[in-house]
Formats: sequence, C-alpha cells, structure tokens
Amino acid sequence: MNDNNLLEVRGLKMHFPTHQGFLWNRKKGFIYAVDGVDFSIRKGETLGLVGESGCGKSTTLRAIAQLYKPTAGEVVLKGQELTKASKQDLLAARKNMQVVFQDPYASLNPRMTTGSIIAEPLRIFKQRGLLDISDKEMDARAEQLMERVGLSRFFKNRYPHEFSGGQRQRIGIARALALKPELVLCDEPVSALDVSIQAQILNLFKDLQEEFGLTYLFIAHDLSVIQYISDRVAVMYLGVIVETAKSSELYKSPMHPYTQALLSAAPIPDPKIERKRQRIILTGDVPSPDKARTGCYFYDRCSKRMDKCRDNLPRLKDSGPDHQVACFLYHEPD
Amino acid sequence: MTDDVILQVKDLKTYFKLDEGLLKAVDGVSFDLRKGETLGIVGESGSGKSVTNLAVMKLIPVPPGRIAGGEVLFQGKDLLKMPDDEIRTIRGNKISMIFQDPMTSLNPFLRISTQMIETIVLHQGMNKKDAKDKSIEMLKLAGIPSPEKRIDSYPHQFSGGMRQRVMIAMALSCNPEVLIADEPTTALDVTIQAQILELIKDLTARLGTAVILITHSLGVVAGMCDNINVMYAGRIVERGTADEIFGDPKHPYTQGLIKSVPRLDKATQQRLFSIKGQPPNVINLPDCCPFYPRCDRALDICKIKYPATAELSKGRNVACWLYSEGK
Repeated sequence: MNDNNLLEVRGLKMHFPTHQGFLWNRKKGFIYAVDGVDFSIRKGETLGLVGESGCGKSTTLRAIAQLYKPTAGEVVLKGQELTKASKQDLLAARKNMQVVFQDPYASLNPRMTTGSIIAEPLRIFKQRGLLDISDKEMDARAEQLMERVGLSRFFKNRYPHEFSGGQRQRIGIARALALKPELVLCDEPVSALDVSIQAQILNLFKDLQEEFGLTYLFIAHDLSVIQYISDRVAVMYLGVIVETAKSSELYKSPMHPYTQALLSAAPIPDPKIERKRQRIILTGDVPSPDKARTGCYFYDRCSKRMDKCRDNLPRLKDSGPDHQVACFLYHEPD
Repeated sequence: MTDDVILQVKDLKTYFKLDEGLLKAVDGVSFDLRKGETLGIVGESGSGKSVTNLAVMKLIPVPPGRIAGGEVLFQGKDLLKMPDDEIRTIRGNKISMIFQDPMTSLNPFLRISTQMIETIVLHQGMNKKDAKDKSIEMLKLAGIPSPEKRIDSYPHQFSGGMRQRVMIAMALSCNPEVLIADEPTTALDVTIQAQILELIKDLTARLGTAVILITHSLGVVAGMCDNINVMYAGRIVERGTADEIFGDPKHPYTQGLIKSVPRLDKATQQRLFSIKGQPPNVINLPDCCPFYPRCDRALDICKIKYPATAELSKGRNVACWLYSEGK
C-alpha cells in the first residue's frame, strides 16, 4: 500500500438480494448496486464521486463506512482492513472516519439538543473506554465546534427543529468533526440546500479542510459543485467507476462518452453560452441494476458503441497522467 | 394591455393565516406573459414562486390560504373572479401545468390512456376513439417509444423521466395557450433533465405555447428563458431579459446569487462568493426590504421602507433603493 493513501478501496461490491413472496419469501435475484469499485484517496485531498441517482455512489460510501457489510472487496483505512475488523476495532477505526449525511432533517435526532448531538461521538467513545475526556471538556469541545462551523454557542440547548436546513447541516458537520477524524465521508451534503446557503457550506468545507488537514470523499450529483470542491473526480455509472482523473483534467478533456454526455447536459448559468452549446442528448434512462452484465454497462445508451462493447467488460486503465478510463475507445479488450 | 399579452398578473397577493401569524407568501407580484414567450421565475425555496402560479390557477387551498388582492387577466377576463365551473374550462385546457413530481400528479390507479382521454374528451369534446388517437400522437411527440402499447401502462411502469414526458404530453394535448412548468426537472438527473428541457423547448415552440418556467436553478433559466423574474420573500425584486439578468444584474440579491453558483465553464479553486445569513422567515415580515440584513450595500432607508420598483428601461425593473428615486 502506498503510504500517501489514507483510504484504499479494492474490488468493492455491494449486492442486495431481492425477495419475492410474502411468507415463504425466496430470493429472486440481486440488485448490483456497487459492482467492483477500486479507488484510493490520498491524505489531504478531496475525491469527488459523481453520478446520477441509482448509480451507487451513496451505497459505495455506506459500504466504506461499514454501515453496510460489503458483499466483496476490501476497504483499507490507514493500513487497516475494515471489512473483516472486529466490532471493537471497527469502532476505534471510526474515530478516523466520520460521515456527513445528505438530509439534515433526517440525520439529527429531534429529541436531542444541539450540544448533545455534537458531543455524542465523544460520549460514545468515552463509554467504550476509547477516549479519556471529562464532561466539562466535552461541553467545551462542543461549544468550540459550534463556533467553528458558524453557529453561536448560545444555541447549544436548542433542538434541531429550531434551525434552518443550512444550520442543521452545520450541526452535522460539527458532529462529524468532534472526534478529529482524518477522513470525512460526505454524502451529498449540499444537495438539499438553497443556492445561497450551498455556497456558504461549500466554503466551510474548504476552510475546515485547510485548518484541520481533512481528507474528503465528497459525493454530489451536481457537476459544478464537484468541480469546485474536488482535487480528483471519479465518475460512476451503474455501480462501476467509468472514469477518474484530476479535476481540472476531467473537466477539460473528458474521455468516457458518459462523462462527455454528463458534462454537456449540465446547464451553465449564462444565456450567451447556453445558446451556443451543442448538447449531447443521451437517449433512454439509466437501466435498472438488477442484471449481472457481461459487456460495457453504458452500452445501451452510448452513441459510440462498438460490437466489442457488448460482450467485453472494459476495465479502468491508465490513459494519461493521473487519468483512467474504462472504455474500448481508448484500449482494446484483454 | 398590448395585443400579444395573453396573461397579465397585477399586484397579486396571496396570504396564509397560520397559528404563528400571517404568512405573506406572495405580496404584490405583477408580470405579463406574451404569446410564445418563455418566462422564468427564479427564487430560492419559500420565495413564493410556486404559490404565485398556484394562485394564477386558483388552486390555493382556502382556508388557510386567501387571495388577498390583485388580478389575473387571461384573454381579458379576471380568473380570480371567475366561478369555479368556468375556471375549470380553462384549467388544463387553455392553461395547463406540469409539476415537479410526476408520480404524485398522475393517478397511480388509472392507465395513462384513461387519464389522457379524460382530459381531451372533457375539454375538446372529442369522442373516445379520436381522443385516444390524439393521445397516442401526443405521446409520440413527447418521445415515448411505441406509444400505441405504452398508453395502456400504469404510471408506475414508467421511469421518472418517462413520467415527466407523459405529463408534458398530457399538458399539451389540448393545445394550451399557456404552460406553467413548476420545477419540471428538479427531481430528474442531469442527462434526463437535458432531454426534458429540450422537449419542452421544442414542443412549445412548435405549438406556439407560452411558458412560465418556475425553477431554483439558474442554469436552467439561462438556457430556456427569454425573460426572467427574480423572486425574494414573496416579491419580484428584479426583472429583465435573460441577457440582462445574467450579463448585468442590478439587485444585490441577483448579483450575489449569480456569483455564488460554482460554474462548470470557469474552473476555479478560489472561495465562492456567498450571501451571508439566510432567507428570511416571511411570517409577519415588516415593511422593509426583506433582503437588507443580508445585503452588503444596505442603506438606512432599506430598514424602514420597501423600495418602490424602479424602471430602468422598458421591461427592466428592479426593486432596490440603490436605484429608486427619493432616497
């Protein structure tokens, strides 16, 4: 393992069984939500994971956080393999890996005050004997975190419903930072927010990264958000990564036909540019991930498909400096 | 009123009476919609953009809602004063709507054919067979593959993008003069969004339908609209053509909004501009400029009085004391 890599994900698969019937329900098949994902995140960088709904980005994140037990593959955090770790080891490892969730309404316990929500990770670690901290220190830490994410510490006795969406997301961020993690997994943390609030939260993520040297795995479906926040970007489609590159490189010269279509479909807030743009309009919808596939996952919608794409599965291969793509336009099948 | 204006909204006010107080969701909104025009209404959540259009269609639940004033003139008649049975001949016929979530606006128990035929028979007086042919033709226009077969499907058998196509086909089946699209692509993915926007643009241009497009996405209005109204806290704060709004925004809110969106075409790692604070609670809002606590250029008068709308040129208005007379 490369020492610079904080997190390595190898061959990660997450298949959910589907059932049929009511009492004697039998397995009918699988949803191949994540179907073999490899990537690594270096210390201090932000990896943006982008894709449309149902492509498996959130499932990938949850499988990394071990909120789901992956079907196959390895998740290595700071040299420690998590998929086979014991419960106690996993808890200890979570000190270095925290999650910020998408929905700031669903991810905060409505019966807890803000202060106790933020201090909860500390309290849990203290109870399990993993952290030596007094109640007073815990309180002080929560207050300090609130101030840091832009909430007044006088709000610590208020409940989540008293806050707006943007403020709740700040609470979620403060909670994720309570244990001073190195890696923060962010699951669409700004998609539920209004434009003016989104900019505030994105800036906060950047400031915190600089201040605490954080590493992010940042999921979003908005390409411009991903461009702004990420050093490197991975594009997902139907459970696999089809292209990964440095952010500037990916947006300048996208290689995979899906990335190209995705970029061309995203609207730009400038009427002059919009009038001149030539869009690649994809036909059809994202297919359901309930079939195991032998060929390229993008075959049905690709405008550049060839015969070999139907029967061979393209793998991610180097196609430039720090640029990998899974497409037979750039390399031949093995 | 010039001839080509088909829908005119004058000083529309819609209030909701809540336990906490009076919520002025829409507070004096006026705009004109011309034939064949695409008018964008942008604003953040709670700015009153959807309520404006529900009020135009007289779909506000009463109580707690109440249309507290104003006129909506369609073909010279005030829709707000019209009795219910008369407005029903206009709703879905001359003015139709598509909503954000196509699953909740289609009846899950009825086949697409039943739902489409019902509308056409009711409004166009066709017999069922002709109505079915018309429905199939509309579905085909909306890009549904093999519409003869798919028309007998139920809504759940379609994907989100396909459902929105069905909604569009249904909304345009009576050749409406006005199509109100309320966040039609917000629930959809980018690639599907591009398909649907292209479809709306193409079909309405072909049928000569005027469109009111409500959205929070600046990118979507930039690509779709001729004219844009920017709403904040229940009022229109700025209006102009798309080029004017994006090229030379006047209101500090519009300026801030445009600057705070990260842009695909301009890679930057610099900090984003962000508007400080958060959108106001519109319950019991005092008569000041609702944007002043977040505004970098606020004047003393902003805290006291709502600015009169200044007309900078024809069709180019801004409600801000920086541009109004009598500071």
